[in-house]
Amino acid sequence: MDFGPHLILAILEGAVGASVLALTALGLSLVFGVMRVVNVAHGEFFMLGAVVAWFVASTLAGHPAVGFLAALVIAPLVAGVIAMVVDRIVLKQVEYDPEATIVGTIGVLYILQQSALMVYGPEARPVEPPFSHRIALPWVDWGENGFGFYFPWGLSTTSYKLFVIVAAIAILLTFWLVMSRTRIGLIMRATQLDRETALAFGIPVQRVYSMVFGFGAALAALAAVLIVPIQQAHYLMGHDPLLLSFIVVIIGGLGSVRGTVVAALLIGMSDGIISVFLSPTLSKIIATLLVALVLVFRPQGLYGKKMA
Amino acid sequence: MTLDARSVTLHLGLLAVLVVLGFVLPTYHQGNLARILVLATYTIGYNVLFGYTGLLSLGHAMFFAAGMYGCGLVMHLGGWPVLPALLMGLVCAAALSAVVALLALRTIGVAFMIVTLMFAQAVYLTVLYLGAWTGGDEGFVIAQASRQIAGFALTDPLTRYFAALMIFAVALLITARMMQMPFGRVLIGVRENEERTQMLGYDVFRHKLLAVIISGTIAGGAGAAYAILFGYVGATFASVQYSIFPLLWVLLGGMGTTIGPLIGVAFMFYLIDYASGLTNAYMLIAGAVLVLLTLFARAGIVGEIRNRWVPWLP
Amino acid sequence: MSLLETKGLTRNYGGLRAVDGVDYTLSKGEIHALIGPNGAGKSTFVGMVSGRIPTSAGEVWFEGENITALPAHARIKKGMAYTFQITAVYARLSLFDNVALALGRRERPHVLAALDRVGLADRADQNAGDLAYGHQRLLEIAMGVAQAPRLLILDEPTQGLAESEIAGFNDLIRSLKGDTTILLIEHNMQVVMALADEITVLETGKILARGTPEEIHANAAVQNAYLGTG
Repeated sequence: MDFGPHLILAILEGAVGASVLALTALGLSLVFGVMRVVNVAHGEFFMLGAVVAWFVASTLAGHPAVGFLAALVIAPLVAGVIAMVVDRIVLKQVEYDPEATIVGTIGVLYILQQSALMVYGPEARPVEPPFSHRIALPWVDWGENGFGFYFPWGLSTTSYKLFVIVAAIAILLTFWLVMSRTRIGLIMRATQLDRETALAFGIPVQRVYSMVFGFGAALAALAAVLIVPIQQAHYLMGHDPLLLSFIVVIIGGLGSVRGTVVAALLIGMSDGIISVFLSPTLSKIIATLLVALVLVFRPQGLYGKKMA
Repeated sequence: MTLDARSVTLHLGLLAVLVVLGFVLPTYHQGNLARILVLATYTIGYNVLFGYTGLLSLGHAMFFAAGMYGCGLVMHLGGWPVLPALLMGLVCAAALSAVVALLALRTIGVAFMIVTLMFAQAVYLTVLYLGAWTGGDEGFVIAQASRQIAGFALTDPLTRYFAALMIFAVALLITARMMQMPFGRVLIGVRENEERTQMLGYDVFRHKLLAVIISGTIAGGAGAAYAILFGYVGATFASVQYSIFPLLWVLLGGMGTTIGPLIGVAFMFYLIDYASGLTNAYMLIAGAVLVLLTLFARAGIVGEIRNRWVPWLP
Repeated sequence: MSLLETKGLTRNYGGLRAVDGVDYTLSKGEIHALIGPNGAGKSTFVGMVSGRIPTSAGEVWFEGENITALPAHARIKKGMAYTFQITAVYARLSLFDNVALALGRRERPHVLAALDRVGLADRADQNAGDLAYGHQRLLEIAMGVAQAPRLLILDEPTQGLAESEIAGFNDLIRSLKGDTTILLIEHNMQVVMALADEITVLETGKILARGTPEEIHANAAVQNAYLGTG
């Protein structure tokens, strides 16, 4: 393949990655923004989403779409409920102390991951996509017949990948509407701005915290359900989304929705594009170092506030 | 007895018990304890920074790995003898910790944890990327013949045990002494109240910098010792898991206590050893212990003993 | 000869000017009280002198040397000591450790002698956090005194002290006089009148008046701004 078609392919792959990353990172960012809690177990809620999706899809017979749709509802619900339990029995007990919540969520990380290993096993298992048509993509070039369209071999995507992108955009828009137009969104934003004042205005901060923590985990699980038909479910799959989400949230500025989405696009796309051309390990090294330096020299990220 | 005398008695008594154990333990447990002593040395290094200075690093595996690879690579590829290789490991760890400290100490709190996590991740990925030399995930084995000092084969279980004990004793006595001296007390002051400490005329940044370097160098020494004594160098030791372990061990044993690291490592080692006989999901235990410590025993085993019964424990 | 001098010292917080171009000199050996209503900028002013708070503009000179660019710990090393308005002892450390850190040495007789100056020597092995509030204030003062500073800055030292303890505090400060120059922020006018050689009144970040206790007491502007009708 030539450079041009190659690049198109890389951009498409990057866009799929960026969509899923935006949803996952948004969950992490929301939790940090409202609760000031760094949830190190966030990647495990992502993993949980994928594993539950596999269980749901393999339990329900019939057309793959039935299982997939059921998973879209059940997986975020399961992850959300587990997260709310974690909030109640761990985070609340340590009064959301920053250091204790980090250590506590590291513990939760291993509990969830290893429970998945016990229940689900060490195998990687695929979930069948609800639909998947190969879509060949045209390219413009000088051919034997002069300038014209043609379909280079290998330049194709699937309808499901396009669906992931569209679905992610739809979820992001819904999230934005909920945050900006509904009472629940208002309550979350008020709690984020000032916990004490929110308490004084009769907002049940503890319930908001539980809800936000559950909601953040549900977003990660939802992202995983979308990606699992492409990627396969595995008990260790939470590691990369966690690190990438950290990167996104740091670059975007903690607690900033706009920054998170912009950074997810930036990171997801460049991760997709760079790893097509460079060694993925090298590109990860560079990205990780860059992010560390951003935190050191520009801790407020692109938008948003300083993390202390 | 004065406080100092009691603390000297405690440490020397502990070392005496360990010497005796070296002779009486069956080979299996002797090997385990040798490993525990090296990992406890790593944890003593971590404790200097986390337990005494109050800085929570999530990236100490990079210092352990710097020592391990610095030492292991010159033995494996360069054919260096043990002692110069050990020195090389220490130098690598000291250099890396100085660079990381100068950058990471510009941040505080959660940002410091994440910056150290990120640097460690970069080191881990670099180990994988340089697979041609490091052997990547699989790592490499250091030839048995080269693992000896002046005719003493470190592959012999008893020799290896006492080599591990020596490394541990050096780290234990140095840090225990350091924490009795003004420098160590200033580190504790930084942990307790950074601004107050600065307003007493102490250069807080310099003290934190030294704490990271001392902590990283001890961790690196443990990494080098691990390579020499057990003959294996692998990327696992640079992974996130090996950054979480010392945190877990220190929390379990008791942060800011001199003997906590050994207690924490030994306890966890045998717990995991037992659990891995039952299930392959043995890290579940580590997770559960972390959560339980966070909820119920923030001071750890030795810390709780100190709080309840023996207030002078160093 | 002046020990401390500030030139046009200014601190802005957002749009608010907490300290506004203060020119100030403090003579060696003097006990100088800084008074003024809440929010007058007293703590901000001494914060800038000690280096805790960065300056927005202006200079700080100490013993003829411009120390504006020096970090706080370097100024302390040059012979300043600062006690916090809100008690900032190491609550989880023993009194011994608290004072040893201030002294920079750990020999027991030295540490006990420093504690004895505020009458706390018999509690050396207790944790500072277990002390009553008044005793924590005294420990805080003992830590300042232990540093044997040339300039001792005390930010509201008698707040929370009982009458009897205040008498002891006054004695302690008088005993330091001569070797140690003292800059004292104080609300308790009895303490100010009993100790101060000179008083500076700060209002809305500027110096309103300066003089002996008698002059300040008689000053009509100060009466209006601060002392009320008394």
